[in-house]
Amino acid sequence: MVTFNLLINAVVTGILLGGFYAAVTIGVTIAFGMLDIVNIAHPVFIIMGSFVAYIVNRHFGFDPILTVIVAAPLFFLLGIAIFRFYYAAFESSGKGSLRGLAFFFGIMFVIEVTLLLAFGVDYRLVQTSYIGPNIGFAHIDLPLRMVVPFVGSMALVSGLYIFFGHTFIGRAIMAVAQDEFALSLMAVDTVAVKQLAFGVAIATAGIAGGFLIVIQPVDPSLGREYIGRVFAICVLGGLGSITGTVIAALILGVVETITSTIFGPSWAPAVSFAALLLTLAIRPSGIMGR
Amino acid sequence: MRRIPSWIWPVLVALFILALSRVVKNEYYMFAGYVVLQYIVLASAWNILGGYSGYVNFGSAAFFGIGAYGAVVLDKLWQPPLVVAIVFGGIVASLVGLVTAYLTLRLRGVFFAIATLALAIVLQTLVMNWDFVGGPLGYYSVRPDSIAGFPSYVNYLFVIMLGLALIAVLVARAIELSFIGRGLAAIRDNELAAECCGVPTLRLKVFATMVSGGLMGMAGAPFPYYITYLDPNSAFSLAYGINSIAMPLIGGMTHWIGPVIGAVLLAVIQQVATVTISSELNLMIVGVLLISFITLAPNGIVGLFERYRQKRQRRLST
Amino acid sequence: MTRLKIKQNHDERISSPKLLSSESSAKGAGLTRRRFNRALMTMSALAASGSLPVRSAIASEPIKIGFGMAQSGPLGGNGKAALLAIEMWRDNINARGGLLGRAVQLVYYDDQTNPTLIPGIYSKLFDVDKVDLVLGGYGTAVQAAALPIVMQRKQVLIGTGAVAVNEKYKYDKYFQMLPNGSTARTSTSEGFFQAAMTMDPKPKTVAIVGAVTEFSRNVILGARENAKKYGLKIVYDGGYPPNQMEFGSILRSVQAANPEVVFVASYPPDSAGVIRTAYEQKLQTRMFGGAMIGLQYSELKQQLGPMLNNVLCYEFYVPAPTTNFPGIKEFLAMYQERAKKAGADLLGFYLPPYAYAGMEVLEKAVTAIKGLDPNAIGRYIHANTFDTVVGKVTFAPNGDWAKPRLLYVQYQGIVGNDLEQFKRIGTQVIIEPQEFAYGKLYYPFAASGH
Repeated sequence: MVTFNLLINAVVTGILLGGFYAAVTIGVTIAFGMLDIVNIAHPVFIIMGSFVAYIVNRHFGFDPILTVIVAAPLFFLLGIAIFRFYYAAFESSGKGSLRGLAFFFGIMFVIEVTLLLAFGVDYRLVQTSYIGPNIGFAHIDLPLRMVVPFVGSMALVSGLYIFFGHTFIGRAIMAVAQDEFALSLMAVDTVAVKQLAFGVAIATAGIAGGFLIVIQPVDPSLGREYIGRVFAICVLGGLGSITGTVIAALILGVVETITSTIFGPSWAPAVSFAALLLTLAIRPSGIMGR
Repeated sequence: MRRIPSWIWPVLVALFILALSRVVKNEYYMFAGYVVLQYIVLASAWNILGGYSGYVNFGSAAFFGIGAYGAVVLDKLWQPPLVVAIVFGGIVASLVGLVTAYLTLRLRGVFFAIATLALAIVLQTLVMNWDFVGGPLGYYSVRPDSIAGFPSYVNYLFVIMLGLALIAVLVARAIELSFIGRGLAAIRDNELAAECCGVPTLRLKVFATMVSGGLMGMAGAPFPYYITYLDPNSAFSLAYGINSIAMPLIGGMTHWIGPVIGAVLLAVIQQVATVTISSELNLMIVGVLLISFITLAPNGIVGLFERYRQKRQRRLST
Repeated sequence: MTRLKIKQNHDERISSPKLLSSESSAKGAGLTRRRFNRALMTMSALAASGSLPVRSAIASEPIKIGFGMAQSGPLGGNGKAALLAIEMWRDNINARGGLLGRAVQLVYYDDQTNPTLIPGIYSKLFDVDKVDLVLGGYGTAVQAAALPIVMQRKQVLIGTGAVAVNEKYKYDKYFQMLPNGSTARTSTSEGFFQAAMTMDPKPKTVAIVGAVTEFSRNVILGARENAKKYGLKIVYDGGYPPNQMEFGSILRSVQAANPEVVFVASYPPDSAGVIRTAYEQKLQTRMFGGAMIGLQYSELKQQLGPMLNNVLCYEFYVPAPTTNFPGIKEFLAMYQERAKKAGADLLGFYLPPYAYAGMEVLEKAVTAIKGLDPNAIGRYIHANTFDTVVGKVTFAPNGDWAKPRLLYVQYQGIVGNDLEQFKRIGTQVIIEPQEFAYGKLYYPFAASGH
């Protein structure tokens, strides 16, 4: 029987889950939505972030989320390096997006195996003080294990929102996303701008990895499970819109938990992806699409 | 003297392989060859829509899975000959293609790509919850040891897939060379302009999706008998979606031979890496080779050839 | 009984040729337990010194044993651990002079936890590598794909890690080392329900939760039958899709149904999710646990730590006064030594002893019939009881263990996140089956858990 209490809790949990989905997707929103780079390997960069958090947590006992924030510059640099290679190989010749797909597919394999060799195949978890406690009240559950990543995600997307809306570099990235050609006519080095944006995208993947390993155990092949969800949210949000991504992520989270409360969890993926198809049929450019 | 029509070459190659399959006794080559041929079908089919018109189908697994589970349904009901299952899988998959196309092809390219990806996930979840075909328990399709006229059942499967590969290649070639292919190419270059010039874009796209999806469904139908134990994870594996995109990209998307080259190359590398390197490094090799090919041949291998030919012609003319 | 043909071992790196040659001259089938253990210890000494005698100078062609084993993908962890156990057996037998006097060589490939690769791998093993014997990989899907190919070659297949694969084929040369038994579907949850019925007063309601995947579904179907058998009313029955990461809504629905017993069948990442969520929500029930894969792994045991307390879950092996099978201690000591280097599961309680035992069964059968004839091997394995590192093993006609032996274990008194405590008797108390039980079941779950 579905009580009011269960429904309220489903909505709350869905929002917490959706917040985390937003952090996972935001990098794709930047790379795919703004720069038109089909980075199918994005989830595997997230897993990389998880393993960085794991190894530091395991050996030095540091907090996984703080670790990935400190490590974010490294991911940023990694993103820049990959973009340089990608640009030299594909974009400069004007054959970007589709070939990039196969390229990132290869990158996905390479990183996966590197992780396998470095950390083994076992599922890894972390230890922190916020795994276990529940700060819920009045019959509403608020497990810190979900709340902390949620707060972190919101901070991350808000930061990016400010960055893209109110800083010079951020607006330059938005401008490149809108009309790269016009910008290049104005003597702007669009490549440098895009490189920076891609670096930011990969840095968010690293940070999201910290959230992920707090929520669930991670193994090197886990990233593949996230590909569908991540791209679906990005498209649902309207490609390249940060606000849209957050709204879409929250909707998907809430739809998933409500479906699992009412119809049973085994139908959740079908319902959420059917919702996606429906949304696309009704509003083809996504929630916040231009 | 009349020129030899170029469709003769795929037929000759297929006949040659057929002859070889009667001579080669080693079954490993049948098993491995089957996978390569299956990817030729998938890559050629994908290319009809993706390569010619530029609409990226991310959900090859959906159509492949429909074919595979279509065969399972028939197998449970009255165990018809494999050919019936193939036709059935093809028809159902192309009908699903028709519906998907009508719903989503008005969308921009990326949205279509994501919609097909979502289709694969929705279908996988439906099958997971459908106990008639085994649901999560999977389905054991018992393969007969032998079949009349063939050295072994695996050989039979191999020959069936060889036939399907030939059909896929000939269909892709016929479409490419017909007015449909030219219409699709116009859509790829500039859909709006094509529409203005009177190209029936929607109808062409729907047709291409149906043919493409139908061929993928046909490729999926013999799969339960190949693997003998079918579960939703292997029928709707993401690998089909990704491979059937990567293969035409590597081979070259504008010519029907491109997907064939790409499929042979990538599938052979994957098969060989699996059975020569006993550790997880085999995936690494596949990844590195994929990156190298895609980087070094930006227009696919067909593109490399064309560039070489153009250079030579230029040199000859000067 | 034949004497093994042994030549002087030429490998200079072997530090104790004397001990080895005395072991080698032992009669194959008559190898005593004491000698066997000694050989195992020798091996562990060699492994520690970093020199493995993989190259015994044995005259004839080696015996090739082939298999696919996941080294990557979701089941790669199990595959790595099982592979290490099989390699230990190979090193051991080669140090003892080989099988039938021939060196043993393993031919294996990474199946990436992907059944689609299996037909290629096994036909390559038979037709190109010309292996003499084959083993199964880890996972029902991969063994189910391999079995028809093995049947076609009329070979023996010994697998570790599949459930109900042989139900449809009823192949007489298939053997499964996992102790789920020939009635795997129901026997996997049997111990759990038996334990539940020992509570006073007897429970009347049960909630069943499981992943919608092959193994869990089998277990859930069996759990429903068991619930009926023991007269429990199912008040919640829900499946969740693979890759589910959020269990709050599921467990809240479970709690709303207010069951006295909660049975969960889950995969490794979900097992951790369910345990953590139950802890966070302070799940109120009398008994909680089930067939949760993953709690047997060192990493999950260690990191979940105290959250495991009072959970009742199945294990294949735990240290206990009742599980002191001859040879198991030595085996695990050596395994744990090598696992660090191999990057495999550190404790090795789950698959490794069973994978190793499978090799012992094969070895004994081959030695006894003095040949590699698959029919004779199959007949011998069916007809005999085997002494292995996991105790006495007898096979049912369908190739499963004749008598299921899943240990239902309650985690008790776990403090902090130290892995060593799991090597101690008393932290994982066997509750069922009675033959192996030595402790007391704590209940209700919630009151003692927090």
